[in-house]
Amino acid sequence: MSQPIPLSVNGKAVTVEADPDTLLVTFLREHLRLTGTHVGCDTASCGACTVLIGGRAAKSCNVLLGQVSGEAITTIEGITPADGSLHPMQAAFKACHGLQCGFCTPGMIMSAIDLLTHHAHATREEVRAGLEGNLCRCTGYHNIVSAVMRAAQAMQAAGGGS
Amino acid sequence: MTQLAYHRPVSAAEAARLAAGDPEAKLLAGGQSIVPSLKLGLLAPSALIDLAGIPELRGIRLQGRTLTVGAMTTHAAVAASPEVRSSIPALARLAEGIGDRQVRNRGTAGGSLANSDPAADYPAAALALGAVLRTTRRPIPADAFFKGLFETALEPGELLTAMEFPVPDRAAYVKLPQPASRFALVGVFLAQTGGAVRVAVTGAAPCVFRVREMEEALARRFAPESLAGIGLAADGLSSDIHGSAAYRAHLIPVLARQAVAQALG
Amino acid sequence: MSAQAPYIGRSVERKEDYRFITGSGTYTDDIVLPHQAYACFLRSPHAHAAIRAIDTAAASAAPGVLAVYTARDLAGIGGLPCGWLIHSIDGSPMKEPKHPVLAEGKVRHVGDPLALVVAESAREAKAAAALIEVDYDVLPPVVDTASAASSAVAVHAEAPDNVCFTWGIGDGAAVDAAFSGAAHVTRFSFANNRLIPNAIEPRAANAQYSPASDSYTLYVTSQNPHVARLLMAAFVLGIPEHKLRVVAPDVGGGFGSKIYVYPEETALVWASRRVGRPIKWTAERSESFLSDAHGRDHVTTAELALDADGKFLALRVDTTANMGAYLSTFAPCIPTILHATLLAGQYATPHIHCKVRAVFTNTAPVDAYRGAGRPEATYLLERIVELAARELGLDPVELRRRNFIRAFPYATPVGLTYDTGDYEATLERALELADVRGFAARRRASEQRGLRRGIGYACYIEACGIAPSNIAGRLGARAGLFEAAELRVHPTGKVTVFTGSHSHGQGHETTFAQVVADRLGIALEDVEIEHGDTGKVLFGMGTYGSRSLAVGGSAIVKAADKIVAKGRKIAAHLLEAGEEDVQFSQGAFRVAGTDRVKTFAEVALAAYVPHHYPLETLEPGLNENAFYDPANFTFPAGTYVCEVEVDPQTGRTRIERFTACDDFGNVVNPMIVEGQVHGGLAQGIGQALLESCHYNEDGQLLTGSFVDYAMPRADDLPDFIVETVRGTPCTHNPLGAKGCGEAGAIGSPPAVINAIVDALAPLGVRDVQMPATPYRLWQTLQAARR
Repeated sequence: MSQPIPLSVNGKAVTVEADPDTLLVTFLREHLRLTGTHVGCDTASCGACTVLIGGRAAKSCNVLLGQVSGEAITTIEGITPADGSLHPMQAAFKACHGLQCGFCTPGMIMSAIDLLTHHAHATREEVRAGLEGNLCRCTGYHNIVSAVMRAAQAMQAAGGGS
Repeated sequence: MTQLAYHRPVSAAEAARLAAGDPEAKLLAGGQSIVPSLKLGLLAPSALIDLAGIPELRGIRLQGRTLTVGAMTTHAAVAASPEVRSSIPALARLAEGIGDRQVRNRGTAGGSLANSDPAADYPAAALALGAVLRTTRRPIPADAFFKGLFETALEPGELLTAMEFPVPDRAAYVKLPQPASRFALVGVFLAQTGGAVRVAVTGAAPCVFRVREMEEALARRFAPESLAGIGLAADGLSSDIHGSAAYRAHLIPVLARQAVAQALG
Repeated sequence: MSAQAPYIGRSVERKEDYRFITGSGTYTDDIVLPHQAYACFLRSPHAHAAIRAIDTAAASAAPGVLAVYTARDLAGIGGLPCGWLIHSIDGSPMKEPKHPVLAEGKVRHVGDPLALVVAESAREAKAAAALIEVDYDVLPPVVDTASAASSAVAVHAEAPDNVCFTWGIGDGAAVDAAFSGAAHVTRFSFANNRLIPNAIEPRAANAQYSPASDSYTLYVTSQNPHVARLLMAAFVLGIPEHKLRVVAPDVGGGFGSKIYVYPEETALVWASRRVGRPIKWTAERSESFLSDAHGRDHVTTAELALDADGKFLALRVDTTANMGAYLSTFAPCIPTILHATLLAGQYATPHIHCKVRAVFTNTAPVDAYRGAGRPEATYLLERIVELAARELGLDPVELRRRNFIRAFPYATPVGLTYDTGDYEATLERALELADVRGFAARRRASEQRGLRRGIGYACYIEACGIAPSNIAGRLGARAGLFEAAELRVHPTGKVTVFTGSHSHGQGHETTFAQVVADRLGIALEDVEIEHGDTGKVLFGMGTYGSRSLAVGGSAIVKAADKIVAKGRKIAAHLLEAGEEDVQFSQGAFRVAGTDRVKTFAEVALAAYVPHHYPLETLEPGLNENAFYDPANFTFPAGTYVCEVEVDPQTGRTRIERFTACDDFGNVVNPMIVEGQVHGGLAQGIGQALLESCHYNEDGQLLTGSFVDYAMPRADDLPDFIVETVRGTPCTHNPLGAKGCGEAGAIGSPPAVINAIVDALAPLGVRDVQMPATPYRLWQTLQAARR
């Protein structure tokens, strides 16, 4: 049953008239056409759909629109500067070749941002453990871990956080 | 998904009332287990009662030797809580090991306990620590809470509100994850409080259970060697492509010994 | 970071990355066409059943439904073609039963599609599909690879014994003779575990018919859109090839699984005209598990004969390979041409014979998955060599060394000629990088903690850059295996390259641009790579078999050389010099011994503004295309060393170190090459430790989601030590490149298992079957104790 749901997406407040049991990822991809958030599975296992809800990583295929009423959602589009520059995490993925086909990448980047937000001094091993919710079939993760380590330095140098 | 009703009550009492009024409704905590079931069509409730807007269900409090965790407290919050880390570090570590980062940010302690998934971690902690599970109606001791596969003592319209964990002298949780889902293939939580020891096992059977023989042996002497010679029968244990009942039976004392060593370490 | 020429050999950051890291890539599911309709396929819940009746009335009447189709509606439409014809030893052609687009009369595996529902939304299509009533006569299924040929049940009437073909290669008599004189024979039986590719982007398609132009456009997750167009147009739907445009936009990984022509996109193209709306389908992951072509699934017995000095005398192999329920596009060539021909490995074994029996079963089709046949061959060889060393009490490294091929070119007894290689070099370097000297101390340290440590080696070779078309044709290929390229030089000297190689993670937009920028002496930024659209690219055979740089890159080089040749003619005219006096280097045409020069851009402009131009002898414009058909396979090789620690109590394995030392010939972008190795290693280690596709005896897929099919996650894997030696360049392509995409997946499984066996050998373990999960290792240890 359709009802008004207020939320903010990438800093913009929106009130949507929608079924509260719509999956958040469906809303983002199909209603808002924010297609950077991807769907890679139907069991909430792969993490390709990871976004930030209130600054914390969540699988948007596993959250209902009704659950995020009043929340602030950030997608990959929302961390991308409008001037063509990159978020330090994005820049690190590029510099370290932390992506190949790119399909898991937005979700991986969102998870990694959450990881560093709450664990700024993570070791390589801790980064691996911290990314267990995101599957990548291309990279073997080695360069993703390197990218997150690089981003950690860059984000600290820039004053921490994102 | 079907066109179902969606409620967002602001108090536990209102939530319980809504649930009591609609036996086909489902309570929605973090949704990390329910949403996948909805997606796959395994669940088709008439309504969802979202508990996220109820402040009284959240929060962590340490009073004397009792740690109280609100039912809607996320795993991430438990893992990061100074109160939990100082009083029952094993519980913080358990929370830190549930699912993955994204699941821990959404999934809740109460949701996990009320779901009573046979491979979930929290039931082992609740049972081994001898927690009291508070509901909108009554306190339920953990020993009386877990009834079977996805089955608890909660009655229709009864809502889990908080868990009270007695702070033990020592505790530890060790699990061997199923390689794909990373749920516990077998997980052993053990806790020593005064002269008493409780050992709870998850993942190995349709429902979390205690191992009295180990408890008694460890109560006599809390050391890994005390478990020597204690074997578990495979009868009644779960068997699937990831591990036979015999393998699970084998793992229980192995992980229990590791847990004792960890608790002592 | 802006790089400068020369670009080849430098780890240039990828040109394609910006769109992926910002979420602005365009994958098939991201495309929504005007008046978009959506599809859902009804799939068989049974592994094997006769279809008595299908009632679509309720589905057709459901809300939002535009059409429901079954096989009856597709009458006259051909089956999905198989691109490779294998002949049995007795000369008979393989059994080639029809692979219908929608199941006809029978369903043959769980997930076999038998109806297509088109609706206004995906949700409505799915809801309607559930309303289709099918009356099944459930039949007993054939599931097990090893026993399929002795089953009383036939998957196809055309193959009553379920045997598709029984093929052989090598001199069996010579092998028998060598065995009879052998000092030692090592025997090894194993199953190469069935895998599910699981590219993270599920398969998807969006098909549109335009009455205005009487033509079709198909957006599809494909590794080779031209091949898809050719097969679909010419062999299945009967659409004129020039009336079908196939676009493979950004594709989220393939690993083989997106090479093939599948029923879903074929049905969508057909239905798009009838419905008069574009139709989109995106697989749910559960569907991917059931319907993507799986990989591996061999059951093999091997015997190695050695003389008293440990020299290999002969190898005898008998393999049964599961084809699944239908022949997928390249299925028959995988266990034959890409498996048996690799059985010499890095060794000068004089006599080899391999028999391959391919069987049908009531499981999803099996086809190429990263490595495709070569991982199976390498696993066999590198395990049996290790077993032989153990049996003979020899150091496994020493046994390998004694048998290395050391003179090139080398003709193997199984049909290939290796052009070049230096196996000692990669072995030596791998041993150094892996700190093999320090292993004994590390083992002692592990043992003090109650853990077992082992080290394992694998020296692999692969045949890449498939293949010379004429040789492939003799081996049964029904298609050419060249690659095509076009270089379009714009009047300003900027260049667009059109390549038939498709990039779905490989970084072609960067690597190919590096090649072209160097060849033409222009800036990397001035080169753009276009791929994946039959409406733009002249032709292409696509991306698989680690062939893109060796074959596709060579076609690009050929086209670039034609550009330079024409440019020289133009420059000679402009410079009033003889063509033979004009030299081209670093982006400029110069008259030798003078200061007269024309830049590449000036020549390009002259070609498009031909005011001072030899129009009587030369066409204006600067645009060339080229087709490159390789003279031979390429033969990348290397040594992998794995070190594991096993907890004998739980059976849990941790990879402590993994070292890969490869010879890929010349390398264009080392960073991208290392990334390819990393990814291959993860998939190979996944096969060895985690991944296994499991059907139960009813033919139900028990590992039908990521909850039961264990994919490698970041913390399952170690940091990798990867190095590419300054190797032996390929002798027959202009880049000297061999290919790097599959090596990691080929070399790593035996290295891992050899390490685990080494760790557990003191406990009586001789072999461990893949995947070596904790449960499997516990079972193995239990059996060894008995």
